[in-house]
Amino acid sequence: MSQALTERGLSDTAMAASIPAPEGAGAPNYTVTPKRTPDGSLEGDLLEISMGPQHPSTHGVFRMDVVLEGERVARLKPVFGYLHRNHEKIGENTTYLGSMPYTDRLDYFCSLTNNWAYALTVEKLAGLQAPERAEYIRVITAELTRLQNHISLVGFLLQDMGASGTPLMYAFRERETILDLFESLTGARMMCNYMRFGGCRCDLPPGWLEQAKQVVGEFPRFLDEFEALLTGNEILMSRTQGVGCLPPDLAVNASVTGPMLRASGVNYDVRKVDQYGIYDRFSFRVPLGEHGDVYDRYMVRILEMRESLKILQQALRDIPEGPILDPRAKLRGFRPKPGEAYGRIEAPKGELGFYLISDGTPNPYRYRVRPPSFINLTILEDMCLGHHVADVVIILGSVDIVMGEVDR
Amino acid sequence: METLEQIKGRVEAAVPGASLQIVPNDSPAGEPSLLVDNGHALAVARFLRDDPSLRLDYASNVTGIDWLDAVVQEKRKVKQVIEGVEREIEQTVEHKKAGCLEVVYHLYSMELKHGPLILRLRTANRSDNARVPSLTPVWRGAEFQEREAYDLYGITFEGHPDLRRILMWDGFQDFPMRKDYVEPDDYEYEPTPHDDVLEKARQHFPGEGPA
Repeated sequence: MSQALTERGLSDTAMAASIPAPEGAGAPNYTVTPKRTPDGSLEGDLLEISMGPQHPSTHGVFRMDVVLEGERVARLKPVFGYLHRNHEKIGENTTYLGSMPYTDRLDYFCSLTNNWAYALTVEKLAGLQAPERAEYIRVITAELTRLQNHISLVGFLLQDMGASGTPLMYAFRERETILDLFESLTGARMMCNYMRFGGCRCDLPPGWLEQAKQVVGEFPRFLDEFEALLTGNEILMSRTQGVGCLPPDLAVNASVTGPMLRASGVNYDVRKVDQYGIYDRFSFRVPLGEHGDVYDRYMVRILEMRESLKILQQALRDIPEGPILDPRAKLRGFRPKPGEAYGRIEAPKGELGFYLISDGTPNPYRYRVRPPSFINLTILEDMCLGHHVADVVIILGSVDIVMGEVDR
Repeated sequence: METLEQIKGRVEAAVPGASLQIVPNDSPAGEPSLLVDNGHALAVARFLRDDPSLRLDYASNVTGIDWLDAVVQEKRKVKQVIEGVEREIEQTVEHKKAGCLEVVYHLYSMELKHGPLILRLRTANRSDNARVPSLTPVWRGAEFQEREAYDLYGITFEGHPDLRRILMWDGFQDFPMRKDYVEPDDYEYEPTPHDDVLEKARQHFPGEGPA
């Protein structure tokens, strides 16, 4: 079911051969142990700088303690927690349903997938089942979320590379059409708070499906234009190929998930493995990378958008009429039986999981979020060692972090 | 994947001396977990990762849970002689259950695409011996998540390469996710690493060090 990057007309390996790889690229075994003099400063030519927390490239309030030898990174420690609000404690002090709007604020780009992951876990805990129409609506909104997340990520990545403005504005123009769909369905562009345990909050408004079909129908043309500008672009290739390589065995061991894992060539997509919801009904492929560098991560996201469009077309064609909420679902006085459940979905940034323990009261005893971008940061240092400072910026950009989720 | 009983049997055969216990799960999700003793946790984890039919190479979720000291009420049937006749009556027996901190690992296999296997470790108590072995040497993905459990629950992971606070700041001393955590009475004066705020905090809490 996997598709290699070279299957497409643009062969990245052939192009990589025509441009000599930058010296030292893909060699992360370049390590220097920083030594300190008695007064605390670093010995030799090592320079310690603090990138962030207000650096424009850090995608939020995020800091990296970097030790440089000349222009190359010798050590890098991510520092975060500036937006920490103890989301999990709030979840333990709120009713199950009361946490639903808070999940919007985790990865505020993808509130609908956050909603789904949480609803899925509570359904697992309480033994509820969403009706067919609700499952279709969930798939449609989740894949639209994936589209707008990936397209803005590509825009931000280009912004990090110095292509100031234009690619990001193109991406945001298209993202806006999808956010309009969310607004007419849920009432909010980003903080959707749409899903409920055992279904969805409200049915699709009249004309929504036609509008969605139009957006989905027009999206490939934009994607072709975007790719014509970017994928074969010589500057983009020389900046990204061979930069920030992540070998597959390390990626698996470090619990990296999502497009970053698949760019390293590991075929693992929770939509295929768990087949949660109704993902077994759609035919789509899982794009895989070969080199695990920043270019592959860019390419995997572009290809994933094309696969999402395929899923959307099938779902918009097949969606049935019917109820949108499980009749057994109780909105008031909801108390699952004591026990625990772990639910996970393939969110745009990776595997988003929720772990809930119920003690029979209206509030969960334990409410845990498994945030994908927090865990994907574990191997940031390994990817950056030996690279230039300018490459650190795009390696971080290719990880796709959102601080609302990292800090919680 | 094999059933948890089969896995338990094979682990006990492969790691001599390991004491494993199956923790039931009453919810409809029905995923029981495996409680491992701290002394053999690392060896058990290595076995689970490397065994060819398990290959649990992916530690998806690592987290802590705080179990307070609790009084458990249990109903027992007791035979008693009442008015010369032996009768069976129900008695409620109360006994104390010592609290502990628990670490939960959700393991999956990316190679064989199965899972989850849920691994639990428990500390001896919640105060002076809140220690478990770190499984970061086996699964690198546990590194930041164990740091988070250390930060928010105060669980010390022995053998962790870089055990520091991760979400709270370095000068913070309490563990906010514990069930008996008390919020500071005035957030404005909560000490942060900045010098002038720290000085204000000292004036606000006279006699105490920087909390």
